[in-house]
Amino acid sequence: MSGINYSEKIPNNVNLSDDRTLQRALEQWQPNFINWWDDMGPDGSTNMDVYLRTAVSVDPQGWAQFGHVKMRDYRWGIFLNPGQDDRTIHFGDHKGEKVWNDVPGEYRANLRRIIVTQGDTEPASVEQQRHLGGTAPSLYDLRNLFQINVEEGRHLWAMVYLLHKHFGRDGREEADALLQRNSGDQDNPRILGAFNEETPDWLSFFMFTYFTDRDGKFQLCALAESSFEPLARTTKFMLTEEAHHMFVGESGISRTIQRTCQVMNELKTDDVNKLRAAGVIDLPTIQRYLNFHFSVTIDLFGADESSNAATFYSTGIKGRYEETKRDDDHVLKDRTYPVLELKDGQLVQKEVPMLNALNEVLRDDYIKDSVGGVERWNKVITKAGIDFQLRVPHKAFNRNIGALAGANVTPAGEVVSEAEWRLRVGEWMPGTEDRAFIASLMHRVVEPGKYANWIAPPAVGINRQDANFEYVRFN
Amino acid sequence: MTTSSPEASSAVFEQHVIDPEICIRCNTCEATCPIGAITHDDNNYVVDADKCNACMACIAPCPTGSIDNWRTMLRDKAYSLDEQLGWEELPEQQVIEAAAAQACAAANGSGDTGNASAPVVHTGTMAMSATVPPWSAATPYTQLFGPKAAQPVAMAKVVGNQRVTEAAAHGAEDNDTHHVVLDFGDTPMPLLEGQSIGIIAPGADGKGRPHQPRQYSIASARNGERPGYNNASITVKRVLQDHNGNAVRGVASNYVCDLQVGDTVQVVGPFGASFLMPNHPGSHIVMICTGTGSAPMRAMTEWRRREAKTGKFADSQLLLFFGARSKTELPYFGPLQKLPTSLITTHLALSRESNQPKRYVQDAMLEQAAALLPLLTNPNAYFYVCGLKAMEAGVLHALEHICTQNGLDWPNISAEMKAKGRLHLETY
Repeated sequence: MSGINYSEKIPNNVNLSDDRTLQRALEQWQPNFINWWDDMGPDGSTNMDVYLRTAVSVDPQGWAQFGHVKMRDYRWGIFLNPGQDDRTIHFGDHKGEKVWNDVPGEYRANLRRIIVTQGDTEPASVEQQRHLGGTAPSLYDLRNLFQINVEEGRHLWAMVYLLHKHFGRDGREEADALLQRNSGDQDNPRILGAFNEETPDWLSFFMFTYFTDRDGKFQLCALAESSFEPLARTTKFMLTEEAHHMFVGESGISRTIQRTCQVMNELKTDDVNKLRAAGVIDLPTIQRYLNFHFSVTIDLFGADESSNAATFYSTGIKGRYEETKRDDDHVLKDRTYPVLELKDGQLVQKEVPMLNALNEVLRDDYIKDSVGGVERWNKVITKAGIDFQLRVPHKAFNRNIGALAGANVTPAGEVVSEAEWRLRVGEWMPGTEDRAFIASLMHRVVEPGKYANWIAPPAVGINRQDANFEYVRFN
Repeated sequence: MTTSSPEASSAVFEQHVIDPEICIRCNTCEATCPIGAITHDDNNYVVDADKCNACMACIAPCPTGSIDNWRTMLRDKAYSLDEQLGWEELPEQQVIEAAAAQACAAANGSGDTGNASAPVVHTGTMAMSATVPPWSAATPYTQLFGPKAAQPVAMAKVVGNQRVTEAAAHGAEDNDTHHVVLDFGDTPMPLLEGQSIGIIAPGADGKGRPHQPRQYSIASARNGERPGYNNASITVKRVLQDHNGNAVRGVASNYVCDLQVGDTVQVVGPFGASFLMPNHPGSHIVMICTGTGSAPMRAMTEWRRREAKTGKFADSQLLLFFGARSKTELPYFGPLQKLPTSLITTHLALSRESNQPKRYVQDAMLEQAAALLPLLTNPNAYFYVCGLKAMEAGVLHALEHICTQNGLDWPNISAEMKAKGRLHLETY
């Protein structure tokens, strides 16, 4: 990487050309990144030219440059949103003080930990999705998958930049380790459980990008409030890309539902077997996938009561979602928040100190946002004149973290016995047969303008391109 | 483009709306909007028609395409925030009578809206405008100053303020257009022809809030009104009537027109990254404007005039179609007459000249169909439209007519022009 034109090769607004220390760190790391991409990135995509959106600056005109490029040559940039000279810390014990442009020594370990955890999820999802290119339902969808992949790669760069720039030798070692852990690896797995799950099919992929990438949005929003200014500015820019991932999920499921409803109306049936025979995904199966992905994802917010969350907030490392828009004292020491617990076989609410319940606060914000999108899916069903509604399962359903871990609660919120749970779990979450059926639908469609039978075409092309646009060229 | 709503609004305008069926409520548009025109509730994301200046900053970052929707509306029938927040789907485009547009535009001081007898078929004209610049455009700087920039405002000193229209018969204050020169001193304000800046009038509005910035097109070339100096000019018309013809004194336009040499003003911007001129040899520019819409055309013409001595543009054409009610209302009429015909071909369209039939810009364009036809299909020809919103439909209709009369497919040609940054509409 020596002797390269940094601004051209690595679009950035962090003065990379003049920062010798950062250049040296990246020169060490970048070849390892490319090796990781070759080994763990999208399967068999090396020669494809993909219609990708590349950011070359942070202003609205600069971050959406479209063109066909090979993913390996994607210009992974380093961007911080514009700063504000007089920004002050707006929550926690340091409220009113000037924000930090360097890492305060006493918070170094916690900040590093939070950046590493966020960074670890980015390459993990690329690893989870690496086989999906082989079964993409259209060129449009294949392009969207690859766009997500390169953006996850750029988010990794964003976190690696922070580690290299602000955490010295420790940071460089952590940055290296981000490429050494691998999703699902028995010996060296990714840090968070959901990122070691498989993404075996496109229904799972759409659910993942709707639900799990939405977790990313909320975590990034909370980090964008941080008193550590470089972290806040980096994550703000990442949010613009995260939006595309959620779009792929929301529109992907919406198009799947639309196609199913179309066939339901054509065949005048809601019989699951007939619909499956017609090659579309029945709505109850979509509900089971929804239940699984929602419940796995809300675990990502952590335990309902957490002293770490309190520490992160009080020390100013991580705020709440839309912290500035909230009408309270932003210190929260004398406030409480309701969390659920299982007591005497019943789900009951208890008030706990809000600082300790901040994971739950973020989880509830996330749930509200998720429900909004599910209601938009329901509008597609209603518009087709079909009497069926998708529902987000109860918060206590299928939880493995916090006070509700292991509670046997149905999607409707009813507490049941262990035996009943085991007996009925197949009603609520996808089983082997469901997964086999979905797998049977996964065939690659590569003719421009054509779509697999189980999914409807999108309403609008990427960058308003025509329906027959060649989003991916295979060469 | 030269002044933003509502101060100099015409009655018909393109309302920016968001498709609630496609929008995923990701907040990117709201976070991107430089003037806070986008807001949301639990149901929808919506655009405030009173604030949106169609700067297009939100268009490219939207991941869904739901943001790029426009409805041609009468200003006083614009969809309110409450209406939009309640939408489950986008309403269809309504047919608007041209006569209404004509009447309102006339009340606004420039009646160049064309054929009033035919109902206008609205096709969402804003959607036809390119959001990309010509490939050879210089790279612009945008939003160096503003609420989201490191510095909220730049201070500029007024170094010139000159009336560029005659008082004529309408009264001393009516038809009062000024050429104002601002000097930025040592404050960086790199500008390109076709960009605009915002000016914030001092004081507060009726609700005690600071005035919103008003946008004005740059009328000077990239190296300054005075070459080599960090200055720029704008063209501002004094607003004395609202779009219904009621008496109202536009806050910003009157403030700017009354500025004295030596005064300082607060400036935000620059704005605009697509309404930019091509810079390659052999590139032709077709400019269509009315009133203060002439500002960016003056800027482009002036830059080509300064470049003329290099010989780089010896094979390039500049065509100007310029509409006004009378010669006395044409900004820069005198200087325009002095430009050599080897540099520019000018076609005036005057709608209220005594003893003359009414003539609008599109009439002049149709007369020049033979000259325009080859340029419509020439990849090196770039079209710019700037002026009151009401002129837009007539201009596009003229271009369509020229195509269809000659067996060309206008939808394909206009789409190609949009995609290649060859058709730019900046109307207000």
